Amino acid sequence: MLLLYCLLSVPLMILLTRKAEFSSAHFYWNDAWSAAENERVFGKCSNRNGHGHNYTLEVTVSGEIDPTTGFVVDLKELKDILEREVVSVYDHRHLNYEVPEFKQAVPTTENMAVAIWRRLDGKIPNAKLYRVRVYEMADLFADYYGEVTE
Amino acid sequence: MSAGTPIAHFGRRYHFSASHRLHCGELSAERNREVFGKCNNPFGHGHNYVVEVLLAGPIDAATGMVTNLADLDAFAGQELLARFDHQNLNLLPEFASQVSTTENLAVEIWKLFQGYRHATLKKVRVEETGNNSFEYFGER
Repeated sequence: MLLLYCLLSVPLMILLTRKAEFSSAHFYWNDAWSAAENERVFGKCSNRNGHGHNYTLEVTVSGEIDPTTGFVVDLKELKDILEREVVSVYDHRHLNYEVPEFKQAVPTTENMAVAIWRRLDGKIPNAKLYRVRVYEMADLFADYYGEVTE
Repeated sequence: MSAGTPIAHFGRRYHFSASHRLHCGELSAERNREVFGKCNNPFGHGHNYVVEVLLAGPIDAATGMVTNLADLDAFAGQELLARFDHQNLNLLPEFASQVSTTENLAVEIWKLFQGYRHATLKKVRVEETGNNSFEYFGER
């Protein structure tokens, strides 16, 4: 199989996933609403003193296998990009107060997946961002594939 | 920044425990034992099932959500957990005329979550054990 691959030199598309972890504080609040409305919609997540989670980020990229290295992307390089673009900004921070994208948007898991996509899109050499998955906890996650409504 | 509203997928996992027995009434006792092996034990056995539902929709600009988790959990509590948790699957109407395999369970759970109106159902995954899982995307 390897021989055939080398002979034909057909680029093979592969999905590659790297995980990273960070811990952050947040709360859910919409300034346009009354306190009662915030509590009704967001429940205990609306406690303005904040609460926190251990988040797990899974970033999946697609690309061709480099015939020389056998890599789609250099994992160390991908790890460094995740660290620089996301973890160093989000880890041990209060998302509402310290991360610019959540000055306006509510820091839900869905909005975090979109924000992380926007932070990473176009910054990974030789690969295309395929999916951003954010786990708020083991039983709750959001996926973003870069899709938008018409 | 892209134009338009981002469409995200929201995944949530639920846990329940239930007993079952794999048995097909149309097959002989011997054939049932051959096909289903120890899962055919007449006294039944049980699992800690994990159900993962994946829903998609535009992120609401006011709430930042595809769907409100409280609504989804309330729905799952009523439709999924109240129905299946600590039950014998074989005695439920869903399995009156089909084997209670996890494949069939995934399809039944898909049908239940189609009744959830706040987002579009994309996938149901059921883990029977840590080593066995089944996914249904609504295909026919």
